[in-house]
Amino acid sequence: MNFEAKINKFLEILIDYKGYVKVIEGLENTLKIAILGLLIGIVIGTLIATVRVIPKYKRLPRILNSICTFYVGFFRGTPMVVQLLLFYYVALPLMGFNLPSVSVAIAVFGLNSGAYISEIMRSGIQSVDYGQTEGGRSVGLSFSTTMMKIVIPQAVKNILPTLGNEFIVLIKETSIVSFIGAADLYVAFNSIGTNSYEFMVPYLAMAIIYIVIVCIITVLIKLMERSLNKSDRRS
Amino acid sequence: MIDVVDLKKSFGKNEVLKGIDIKINKGEVVVVIGPSGSGKSTFLRCLNCMEDPTGGQIIFNGVDIADPKVDINIHRRRIGMVFQHFNLFNNKTVIQNIMLSPVLCAKSDRRKAIIHNLFSKEKLPVKSVNEIKKAERENAMKLLERIGLEEKADVYPSTLSGGQKQRVAIVRSLAMNPDVILFDEPTSALDPEMVGEVLELMKELAQAGMTMVVVTHEMGFAKEVGTRVVFIDEGVIKEENNPKEFFANPQNPRLKEFLSKVLI
Repeated sequence: MNFEAKINKFLEILIDYKGYVKVIEGLENTLKIAILGLLIGIVIGTLIATVRVIPKYKRLPRILNSICTFYVGFFRGTPMVVQLLLFYYVALPLMGFNLPSVSVAIAVFGLNSGAYISEIMRSGIQSVDYGQTEGGRSVGLSFSTTMMKIVIPQAVKNILPTLGNEFIVLIKETSIVSFIGAADLYVAFNSIGTNSYEFMVPYLAMAIIYIVIVCIITVLIKLMERSLNKSDRRS
Repeated sequence: MIDVVDLKKSFGKNEVLKGIDIKINKGEVVVVIGPSGSGKSTFLRCLNCMEDPTGGQIIFNGVDIADPKVDINIHRRRIGMVFQHFNLFNNKTVIQNIMLSPVLCAKSDRRKAIIHNLFSKEKLPVKSVNEIKKAERENAMKLLERIGLEEKADVYPSTLSGGQKQRVAIVRSLAMNPDVILFDEPTSALDPEMVGEVLELMKELAQAGMTMVVVTHEMGFAKEVGTRVVFIDEGVIKEENNPKEFFANPQNPRLKEFLSKVLI
């Protein structure tokens, strides 16, 4: 079969046999898992990073800190596939839950990216001059208010490029959720391939879709960076 | 107003403050001088527990704020602080810098009042959030007018000169209506031509009766504005006196040596 015939075959399955329904569903799941995972990850990561930078004179911060160290150690120390399988086939059945695979994937992506983002966020918080914390504390703000209103907004600005990188990693990592039976882009194009006994064009199309998504994200991050940098500009 | 009793502070094994006793009364301008590494900045930073003291007491308005059980944030609202490197919030505009803490405090008081009103028959007045913001904005604007920077209200601190930043930092601490303001070498990071405007503002505050504790190398300011000058060396107060006697008639040999180096 020449290349043109392969494309025709692919288009036939994609359009005439409603392959696009699966592609759209896959795209939706991919984006849903990556975006919600990132949001959960940012919340978890910020909390962990904050715990890590609290001065450790007292007992409670020390206990919290060791819990966070264990958490980050677990999620960075095992492959995401293993975590997906552990949650879907071990942890949730043991607890008696039965959740759809997409929800499990979102949760695992959130927990996993939380571990990575906590380290990114910690370096971001530490990149903000300690004088900012002192300034906040000196006018009577509590540690957490100082963090929320002063330090973390500046930290986020500093780590935005790295955070964007993490989002791109998440988008691409979604291609493993088929391990627990969630329908993502890979599943959609794979099924087109199996229906036509022809994998070259579907996989090529899949790669192009991933590249396009990543390019769009890159542009969005650039725009966000520009709008956040307005406090640095000397007008 | 502030009563410091046997204040001690160590960093690890390095004992920086070895027992400082001093009483700071209302309306006083206490100027703290001393060689670098003498512990004068540490002493100042202990006064509002920016550094937690390792021993002794700091009695502020009758409460020992060195006690870790005390909610330090409430007391810090009554103690302003001005830093060497300004420490303005870079992500906030000038007016937001000034308003931030007063608005948050008023909001938290508002929440407490609402909860109080739920459970009690005596009703406390509750202002709306907009009223709070409007009042604090007006107050911040007045403070900016006082230092002649009202047209800079909505710019970010990165566009200001050093002297302007420090004056904004001073009015930021004023916005909380503090009982005392601590100055940690407020002019040391400034270009020489900006020092004057900051010292002028501090002098105005002193004349208006603000209680101030100033760590500085500006001997002229100490002589002219200070009501008491304190010499700290090796973690203890070596000498304290009114400025006239202090400079004209120093007793301690270390102080004599120090003054001969800084006063030319």
